Parts: sequence; structure tokens; C-alpha cells
Amino acid sequence: MATATATPPAPKTNRIGLQVLDYRGGKTTLCAGCGHNAISERIIDALYEMGIQPERLMKLSGIGCSSKSPAYFLSRAHSFNSVHGRMPSVATGAVLANHTMQALGVSGDGDTASIGMGQFVHLMRRNLPMIYIVEDNGVYGLTKGQFSATADIGSKLKTGVINDLPPVDLCQLAIELGATFVGRSFSGDKKQLLTMLKAALAHKGTVLLDVISPCVTFNDHEGSTKSYKFMQEHDEVIGEVGFVPSFEDISVDYDEGSTYDVELHDGSHLRLRKLNDSYNPTDRESALNSLMEAHKKGEVLTGVFYVNTKQPTFVELLNLVDEPLGQLPESRIRPSKAAFDDLMTKLM
Amino acid sequence: MATEPVALNSKAVSGETAAKSNTTPASKRTINDFSIQVATVNGSGSQSANAVLLKSIFAMGIPVSGKNLFPSNIAGLPTWYTIRACKHGYVARKKETEVLVALNPETAKDDILGLLPGAVAVYEESFNLKQYRDDVNCYPVPFDKLTAAVCPEAKLRKLVRNMVFVGVLAQLLEMDMTAVESSLRRQFSKKVKAADLNWAAVKAGYDYAKENFTQASPYVLEPMNLTKGKIIIDGNAAAGMGSVFAGVTVVMWYPITPSTSLVESTIDYLKHLRVEDDGKASFAVVQAEDELAAIGGVLGAGWAGARSMTATSGPGISLMAEFSGLGYYAELPGVVFDVQRSGPSTGLPTRTQQCDLLSVAFLSHGDTKHPILLPGSVKECFDFAIAAFDLAEQLQTPIFVLSDLDLGMNNWMSEPFEYPTKPISRGKVLSADELKKLGGFARYKDVDGDGIGYRTLPGTDSPVAAYFTRGSGHNEKAQYSERPDDYSNNMERLAKKFETARTLLPRPEVVQTGKSKIGIIAFGTSDFAVIESRDQLKKEYGVETDYIRLRAWPFSREVQEFVASHERIYVVEQNRDAQMLSLLKLDLPAEEVVKLRSIRYFGGLPLDARLVTDELVTQEGI
Repeated sequence: MATATATPPAPKTNRIGLQVLDYRGGKTTLCAGCGHNAISERIIDALYEMGIQPERLMKLSGIGCSSKSPAYFLSRAHSFNSVHGRMPSVATGAVLANHTMQALGVSGDGDTASIGMGQFVHLMRRNLPMIYIVEDNGVYGLTKGQFSATADIGSKLKTGVINDLPPVDLCQLAIELGATFVGRSFSGDKKQLLTMLKAALAHKGTVLLDVISPCVTFNDHEGSTKSYKFMQEHDEVIGEVGFVPSFEDISVDYDEGSTYDVELHDGSHLRLRKLNDSYNPTDRESALNSLMEAHKKGEVLTGVFYVNTKQPTFVELLNLVDEPLGQLPESRIRPSKAAFDDLMTKLM
Repeated sequence: MATEPVALNSKAVSGETAAKSNTTPASKRTINDFSIQVATVNGSGSQSANAVLLKSIFAMGIPVSGKNLFPSNIAGLPTWYTIRACKHGYVARKKETEVLVALNPETAKDDILGLLPGAVAVYEESFNLKQYRDDVNCYPVPFDKLTAAVCPEAKLRKLVRNMVFVGVLAQLLEMDMTAVESSLRRQFSKKVKAADLNWAAVKAGYDYAKENFTQASPYVLEPMNLTKGKIIIDGNAAAGMGSVFAGVTVVMWYPITPSTSLVESTIDYLKHLRVEDDGKASFAVVQAEDELAAIGGVLGAGWAGARSMTATSGPGISLMAEFSGLGYYAELPGVVFDVQRSGPSTGLPTRTQQCDLLSVAFLSHGDTKHPILLPGSVKECFDFAIAAFDLAEQLQTPIFVLSDLDLGMNNWMSEPFEYPTKPISRGKVLSADELKKLGGFARYKDVDGDGIGYRTLPGTDSPVAAYFTRGSGHNEKAQYSERPDDYSNNMERLAKKFETARTLLPRPEVVQTGKSKIGIIAFGTSDFAVIESRDQLKKEYGVETDYIRLRAWPFSREVQEFVASHERIYVVEQNRDAQMLSLLKLDLPAEEVVKLRSIRYFGGLPLDARLVTDELVTQEGI
């Protein structure tokens, strides 16, 4: 704390002159210690550090604990808390209406891997430009602790119920379906999550980040594979993720021998410092293999698994005009009287 | 799938047979007032021939309507196309058929048994239909032989074969061959070779009839001048065109009969009219994974400022239920076209009904209600599409436009549409400058007393523009709230907004003579039958009726006034449960409700006037 007599230092601002306060949201109503709150904090940090104008972001979510969290960051951005599992379609419409904005979707494992699975897979296929974060705790919190489809086989509920079905690996699915930036992190890993979020903001296309986020109330006990303890013991990092935004000097800390460097759309660089020498994040097959291997070993692989900067986005495929569709003037959306008269003549 | 052939004319004609004569005296000739039915096998390529026949009659200046009565099947099941030529201008379906073209061996016997005595039957000669009816004028035609002669290429014969009947009918019905040729050439537009080949088939049919049939047809077509300046279009294309002139920018949809062609027409018009000089599109069309995604995309786009739409039918409406509640409660604009078909479930997917009224009116959970527009003509499909996009943004809520298979998928004559004169209305949207002056806003506050708040669009460059959109309880400032007073106040305001909708929706069309105690209420495609039925009632029974055609729900005050000024009210509709009557009951005072009587048809074919007339006469005890 500064003393009363000292001149207060000028508040720290980012490259567009905003303070971190400008990125804050409402007070969280989630449980103390919930992994989701840590993710909200990292989102705030990433947007602040990247200097994203808060009004240029739209936040979208479905239903569940995770989907409430957009209320807890960036109050200055429009937000849409939709219906259970259907955030992808709402996001599709919203992004098409205004493709000039950054879209950020927040969903949960129940929202995405069960009720919303149909919409999730089709969003991944389209490569809609947006960031899709799954706050993954393997459990339904708001209905008091039922297993979700990402819960590991053999994991145990507090009540002693054992999950006897295999989990859905959302990263594997996303890679297979066409998402162009796929990674997994852990809500407790500040550094890795922040770096991944910043790189995601520089990517054009669908980003899927599966963030293991322990549920302190219903799924943070002995026998849960999505608990803080389990994650700390089993988190297998495929590589240390580095990110150099385009507005920073890209020659910093560049070590050719042990890194894999991907240039993102805005000129930023995503750098994977390899722990595993064979890992190449632009190779789809090896990404899938690594994930399957980790499952076999009972490890939770984290890091950026796959990046593809060549695939056209859905907006590019649709060849949309540069301006937001939702704000085009009448002269560009209502065809002329002459064109109308011509149609009528042809129908006579 | 059931493959049992379905007979359209289930009632066999009476045993009484007309004496057969070889000549039809001029006095017995019926001119420009009869129906033609073409019975074929689905997938046999009769569409072009049917269209040429319909448009030739139209080109001769005779009022005409065409209806495709088809099965839910790609190929193989029976299908009928009926064309009604009517000098009086009636365009409703008419049960009776005067001229039959029987090309489907499965149904040919039933088809000819269903004819009136003295009717005309053109058929494939191998069917040998004469054995079933000696009171019908029979014209057997060797279709395959005639086709083979004009079409050496065997694989094209199936496509050309149906044109032969157009030529046969042209000769028998004394049609103007110039009109037939010009309609045919327009049908094939730039495909000159195809046009030549088809025209040869028409001529072969014509020549065969001329050389071989000695007995003249008692039904003939004579040129009139009643279609000049009119257009022909189907309701789905009209709605698609309306949407494009309304300025639609985002379309998200899932294919379902009978709404598919609405979106396909929209796409055609968009590609034709809304690609900019640099080749970029001022629109986005997404074929979604299902109807849940379609409506989700529409509401997401509407929230972010786009004029968005989808089109569907009953089963799709069911899937849109949850999202429609969100649209109502979070107050999101969007346009949903429901081209109705017979339900429930798969029901009769290729047959028409007006059966989604109640499910759409209250679609979703909780206290939800949605404004509905009810177009009754192709012109209204166009006009109401434009109105729907304005209303959706003015009222900040999903607007449902209910047509049906009959209106949507069949061709109708119409006065040309009118280019919209009113500028596009985007409703209450605050700009960054306005927000600067105001210093802030409350998204769900009733500032103007009409129940409609002000909204902002994502991307508005102001630190006070953002608000939180949610389906959960919220207060005026769009903040999460579970307070009973916040919830109740918000729901009361939504009810007030619905009252505002009453004053903005299309008014009903009222025909009031002031002389009648009987009033008829109808909407949508029931109108065509009611117009004709009112004339039948007057001519045949001397019964005068007044008529109000509803064009939207919630009803405007004219509806109650109409009911109040009559003793008995007949509500005509195409569903089993008298759904419109139920909506009226909810709205009218008790002393008016007792006046309501019901006339319903729900067999899946378009309503015919005789059914309305007979039912009304019975209930009146005449």
C-alpha cells in the first residue's frame, strides 16, 4: 500500500491507454476457489495485455456455472448468456452480423460435450473466427454434481458413484473436425493459460481451449481426475508455450534449436519450447496421436496441440463485405426499384 | 413408407350415365370454367409440362390456378397436378374434375371413376380405360409411340413424353397455339435445343389429336383479357423476394418441406441482387445442423444488428421452442417463416393445413406469446415479409409469418407487387453519440410508455453501450435479478409491448354489407374458398354474409367490432381443433364467444368452396 504522503504513481496502462480496471466485470457469484474465477482473471489479463478495446469484444455463453462467468469480466463488452448448449449457433449468427469484432465464447463440459455436442461439432467444422473456452470440471455444478461427458472413466463422485463411461476428449474432436487452434490448459497454471489466451487472440479461425477447472464443491476430492491435486500430479506439459505479440520485438528470446515457431495471422509468433522433441503443432495426426497416448498413460496433456493458419475462416468462405452486415445502410441492403421492376416484368 | 395408392376422388360417381353423343352442341360447351387434372407418377418429369399448360392458359388471358398434390416421396408414388381455369376468377381448389390426363397406371382406374359424367379423359391407350366408363369422353393416346417419333434419343424420352399431353389438350380444348409455344419457349428460356425438342412433342400430340379424334371436347378454352399485367409466382418465392427487398442480411436454415423453396428462392434473389461490384456478399446464408441452430443463429444475428431470418415448418417450429422463449424474454429481433403442413409429427409432410397457429402463438415455456402475420396471397407473402423485418426490430421480438404448403408451393396469379415506399425501420437503437448525450441507458426500461426499451448493438463505440443479454431474471438495467418485483414488472412490460403490437400489425380486411346477421372469419388460404363460397351462398341460397379476413395475431379492435355486429360467426380454418376459434375465445368477451361456430377441414388438400357452403348451410339449418 502506498503511504498517504507519497505521490501516487500514475496508474499502469496498456498500449491503448486503458487500466486493468477497464477490463473488470461484476463480482463473481461462483464458489470461492472455483477454477472458473481464475480463468476469468486470465481472460482479463490477456485482453488487457493485448490492448483489445473492451467494446470490440462480444462475450457469448450457454448455461451453467461456466456460462455465468462472462458477467465477471469485461463489463464494457456486450454479452449474451443464451440457452443450454446452444452458444455456438448464437455465436455464428452474431459473428456473421459483425465479423469485425472479437468473439469470445465461454462454455462448460456439460454445455459443450452433452447437450450442445451437435452445435459444438458444427462450429468447429466451420472454422468460425472466435475463441471457444470450455471451463472443464467433469461435473454438473448447478444441478449439484452429476458426471458430465468429459469425466474420466473410473473417477468417483463425492457420493461414491463411479463413472463407468469413457470421456469425450474435446480437443481430439476439435482437431478432427477442423478447428484451427486447439489447446488444453489448467486453470491453476497462470503462465501457460495467459500465454495461450494471448496467442488465441492473435489467431483467425476457431480456437478451442479446453481448460481443466476443478469444481471445489462437487469434484475436488480424492477419486476425481479433475481435482487440483490430480492435475498437479498428472499434468503433462507437451511444451512450454511462448507468445510474442506482433507489437513486440519478435527477435527476443529466440532459440532456434529447441523451439517450434508458428506465425499467426496478425504477424504474432506462437512459440513452442519443445519438451518433447518430436512435437510439431501443425501436424494434425501427431497431435491426435499425442492425445491418445496421454489417455493411455493416464496423463492430462496440456499445451497447444494444433495450429493451422492456412485454413480460410467461415467469414472468408462466405466472402462477406468488409463492413459489419448488421450495420449496412439501406442503400446496400434494399435492391433498387429498377431491379424490382425487372423482376416483375419477368413474372408476367 | 406406405405405398398403397391413394385415390384423390374417393367417391365414385352415381350410376346415372349421360347418353353419349358424337357431337357436342355449342350450347352444351363449357367455356373457361373447369378443372384439369394430370395424374402421373412422382419423378416422371411432369413439372415442365404442367407449368407450360398453366402458363399457356394464363397467356390466353384466362384466370387460372395450379395445385401440385404430391406425395412424400422422391419417385414412384402417384402425384396429381390440378389446373383450374375460371372466367369468374375463382382460384380455390375445386373437388370436381372435368378434364383428366391419366398417365399413372396405378391410379388410372380410380382417376377415371372419379370423373363427372360428360367429362374428358385423355390417357395412355394401353390403359384401356373406356371399359370403366361409357359416360365419359375418352381420348386414348399412344404416348410412347408419339414420343419415340420425335425424340430419337431414348434417354430423353422420359423428359419429353409429358409434353405430348400438352399438345393433345391444346387441340381438344381449342387452345391458342401461339400462347402455348411462347409459354413453352419461356419455360426453357435459353435452352433452345430443349425447347425445340419439347415443342416437337407438343406438336406431335396436337397433330395426333387432330387426326384421330372425331368427337369434340365439351370443354374449351377461349381467349379473354383478364390476366393482362398480372404476374404468376408461388408464395415461397414471393416471401423470399420480400425478404431480400426487406434487406435481410443473415439467413440460417434447415431444409424441411414445404419451406425449403422459400430459402432457396431467397438465396437465388440474394445472389442475383446483393453481390456487390467487388464480388463480395452483403449477406450470409448458413445451412445449419438443425432447426435449433437455425433459430439460435437468427437470434444471435438479430442481437448483433443483422436483419435475420429462417424458414421452417411444424416439426422445425417444435425444435425452435426453447430459443423462441429466449427471443421473447431477452427481446431479440428475428423473422421466422412457418410454411405449414399437416401434423402432428411427420403427419402428411406434403399436404397443406393451418395447424401451427396455437403452437406458434405460445411457442416455448413460461408466459410467452409471439406476434403472427397471416398472409392470404402471394402479394401478402411479399408485403408481410417486408413488414416482418421492420416489426421484428420495432418490437424487438421474433415475428412469425405463417403461410402454408398451398400458398407457398403453388403458383398463383397476382397483381404485380409494389416496391416498398417506406424506408427500412431499425427500431429503437441508441448510437454512440446518443449515449454520450444520455450518459447511459437502461436496456429494459419503458421510456416511451409502449413497453419497448432502447437497445444498443455490440461494437458501439461507447463505454456505456454494453449490456448483458440473458434469459434469466433481470431488472431494467439488464442486471441479474431474482427479485419478485423486478420479474413481475418486466413481465408486465412485455405484456404491454404485446398490446403495442396489436396497433402495429396488419389490420384485417373487412367486407361488411350491413345487411347480414352472419359473419365469416377466415385467414390465409381459406380465403380463396370463402370468397367463392360467399357467392355460392348468395346465388344458390340467397344468403348474404359478411366477411373478415384476419391478417395477424394479436387481433386489432376491428375483430371484436365485427363479431359484436353479427349474430352468428363462422370461423373457417384448416385444422381439427379450431385453433383460430380458440385464439378468438381468449380475446373476446364472453357474450361474443357464444356466437362463434366452427367450419373446419383438415384432410390435407386445399380447402374447396363447396365444403364451406355445405357446412354453413347445414349449421344454419337451411
